[in-house]
Amino acid sequence: MVSQKEQKTSSVQQLIANSRNHKTKKIVEKAMPTLLFSAAVLSILTTFGIVFTLIFETFEFFKRVSITDFLFGTEWLPFSGKEQLFGIWALIAGTLKVTLIATIVAVPFGIGSAIFLSEYANEKTRRIVKPVLEVLAGVPTIVYGFFALTFVTPLLQELVPSLKLFNALSPGIVVGVMILPMITSLSEDAMSSVPNSMREGALALGATKFEVAIKVVLPAALSGIISSVVLAVSRAIGETMIVSLAGGATPKFNFNVTDSIQTMTAYIVQVSSGDAGYGTTIYYSIYSVGFTLFIFTLAMNLLAQYISKRFREVY
Amino acid sequence: MVVNFKEEKLANKVKQTVGQPSTEVAKNIVYDTRNLNLWYGDHHGLKDINLSVYENEVTAIIGPSGCGKSTYLKTLNRMVELVPSVRTSGEILYRERNILDKNYTVEELRTRVGMVFQKPNPFPKSIYDNIAYGPRIHGIKNKKILDEIVEKSLRGAAIWDEVKDRLNQNAYGLSGGQQQRICMARCLAIEPDVILMDEPTSALDPISTLKVEELVQELKKDYSIVIVTHNMQQAARISDRTAFFLNGEVVEYDQTDIIFQTPNDQRTEDYISGRFG
Amino acid sequence: MRYMDDAVVMKRMAKRITFNKVWKSLFFAATAFALVALAILLYRIVSQGAGYLTFDFLTNFASRFANKAGIKAALIGSLWLMAVVAPVSIILGVGTAVYLEEYAKKNKLNDFIRMNISNLAGVPSIVFGLLGLTIFVRMLGLGKSVLAAGFTMSLLILPVIIVAAQEAIRAVPNEQREASYGMGATKWQTILRVVLPAAIPGILTGSILALSRAIGETAPLVVIGIPVILQFLPNSLLSQFTALPMQIYDWAKRPQEAFQYVAAAGILVLMVVLLLMNSIAIFIRNKFQKRY
Repeated sequence: MVSQKEQKTSSVQQLIANSRNHKTKKIVEKAMPTLLFSAAVLSILTTFGIVFTLIFETFEFFKRVSITDFLFGTEWLPFSGKEQLFGIWALIAGTLKVTLIATIVAVPFGIGSAIFLSEYANEKTRRIVKPVLEVLAGVPTIVYGFFALTFVTPLLQELVPSLKLFNALSPGIVVGVMILPMITSLSEDAMSSVPNSMREGALALGATKFEVAIKVVLPAALSGIISSVVLAVSRAIGETMIVSLAGGATPKFNFNVTDSIQTMTAYIVQVSSGDAGYGTTIYYSIYSVGFTLFIFTLAMNLLAQYISKRFREVY
Repeated sequence: MVVNFKEEKLANKVKQTVGQPSTEVAKNIVYDTRNLNLWYGDHHGLKDINLSVYENEVTAIIGPSGCGKSTYLKTLNRMVELVPSVRTSGEILYRERNILDKNYTVEELRTRVGMVFQKPNPFPKSIYDNIAYGPRIHGIKNKKILDEIVEKSLRGAAIWDEVKDRLNQNAYGLSGGQQQRICMARCLAIEPDVILMDEPTSALDPISTLKVEELVQELKKDYSIVIVTHNMQQAARISDRTAFFLNGEVVEYDQTDIIFQTPNDQRTEDYISGRFG
Repeated sequence: MRYMDDAVVMKRMAKRITFNKVWKSLFFAATAFALVALAILLYRIVSQGAGYLTFDFLTNFASRFANKAGIKAALIGSLWLMAVVAPVSIILGVGTAVYLEEYAKKNKLNDFIRMNISNLAGVPSIVFGLLGLTIFVRMLGLGKSVLAAGFTMSLLILPVIIVAAQEAIRAVPNEQREASYGMGATKWQTILRVVLPAAIPGILTGSILALSRAIGETAPLVVIGIPVILQFLPNSLLSQFTALPMQIYDWAKRPQEAFQYVAAAGILVLMVVLLLMNSIAIFIRNKFQKRY
């Protein structure tokens, strides 16, 4: 009886000893980290790819167009028959107009609904509203663009008769709706992570929920909220399809929002969908515009990271 | 080597049935720790540990929290290496080979030395797959053999009757106490030589604790067991030898009766009588 | 003597409570704004597009005439695109996440990789289009093919998948890994048999959401120069193709009013595809929600 049991005891270890394939196991153990590391390195290569592509082709562009004209010019007329003009500020103005309008729409509504969800709404409301916001965030930008062109613009024309078919206002508002869920969701996360004890402390002194939200929660979550806004602004700057469909194709350096504009992204789309031959100045110009766009969004992203790291509250 | 264990175990069986546990018989040493020191970064976690673990005995390690008892247990199967910045010196001989030697394959060590953790940690898989996990990773694929191993291990952990009709259900559906016995069965499935237990009942209710304690008593017939516990009564109930750790040092190590009845060191006595800890 | 005058406090109290109520309704209105916007958007598209969404629409190729225009090439093209993007981005994304969570030591290189990934997530999609145009279309000579577009899209959604997979892997409790190591399992065995199976629901959910972003993404395709009026289906990874958002973009910018309805019908098809993908993601999330 005992001996039989002992027999079995050894049998599993015996089986293990027999079946162990040390060699393959060792090779796999050694190879996997290297293999996975090379996957991780690909993301670095992607960044290098982007940066070098933009730098090389932009360099090519500056062989044909003076860099000072590009950096300080305010007229962008690449398709002009007589003299091509590449003053980036005309495109930047278009981008800034749309971004500004979008921010004006998205910040109050985004933060307002974040406060509502985090401070006022009950669990049930939150469970319904948050997935709906996720849906809103998941709507493709081409759909928003179509919506801006066929619904928002005509609607606004009723209110503002001077509004052109292509303008900055309509895409600006719709970009605002597009980035709104991002602000709401990130700000709500920041507010929810403020510990309840802080709220209870204020409530126990007789503060109203509004006072708690504004004087306790908002300051404590401020870094998260600001970085969410900065990220959303960066998204608005890079947004392409809404402005391509509803913004127009006439870059102008002014602050008129009812007139047709062109943003940096819309210009790249216009050239790409046309037949600008490979190697022409216009072809290289999209890289110089892309590079400018990249710098803008990179700066915003780094700023957002800096804010959320530097001012992070530790509870 | 495997065959050797068998003979040694058999020899012990005979001694146990004949002998009296309180008198020192020349038992086989499983673990021989010599001048073990361990640092977490700058923190000196274990200081000059010298301690022998004997075959087919339950060795209890007691002491206040932070005394290094869990660290020592985790050094015995080198799980302590999962914490970055750990350094050791000295040696731990397991079956006469130094496991702290970098050439000692840690996977081989852990195949021979099983571990049961503080919180039941079954995998989110079926009961069957939980038990078969160990044999499978070591290359046993034959379904019939696996079936046998699973049944035998579950019987060994005294939980076969409770789960035999639902082997394909997720192990998370079980109660905490059952989960812990599943974890013990999982450990038995590779039929280790030694079982390390890190406060295995600290997350369990009294009745489940009792069952696990009975199981430990049962298991020591076939296995050598090292158990870390913060519960002194538990150590007194189930162990043959007890080591008292304090601030990373072994204050006293002796047969359990002696430690609990006539301790040599004042600190041991203070701890046993509940003056601190 | 008391410093608080009850009468003053009570008078202010009424004001404060009204204030709270007014602001509560304003915050609610802000939330309602987003919901109403979504409702109008969906209503408009359904009311415009439903009439055009016929069986012929699904089986016809693109056409110069609105009433003959169909979405077949774009729908099949998008599926081809996904056939490249899904395996490439998931394998690379999960691989990177496993490396970062399980193997990467704390050093400068790995910190750089992490920072790089979060910055990559913020790069506008159109810039990825420029990368794809230069590297895949021209340098590697893949042309305006399924493969070129697929690689570009994979790189675009890679950061999203990496972050989702990292979170899923991080959510696997350490006790699980310890249990596996305690049985003598090697690191890779532990990852393959314990960590990844436990993380798979999270990884799949995140991946599907990332893929649904890729399927609706237009800008990189425009930059790469994907054609819109195609009368044939792709037959290899190197074929030319068109995709749903590309087709919709082309219709939406045509001046004829009839094409507005065609575009809306196309959007409906795209939204149904997205809805299906999201339902699968939610199903997985609910089905495999695990308890530790």
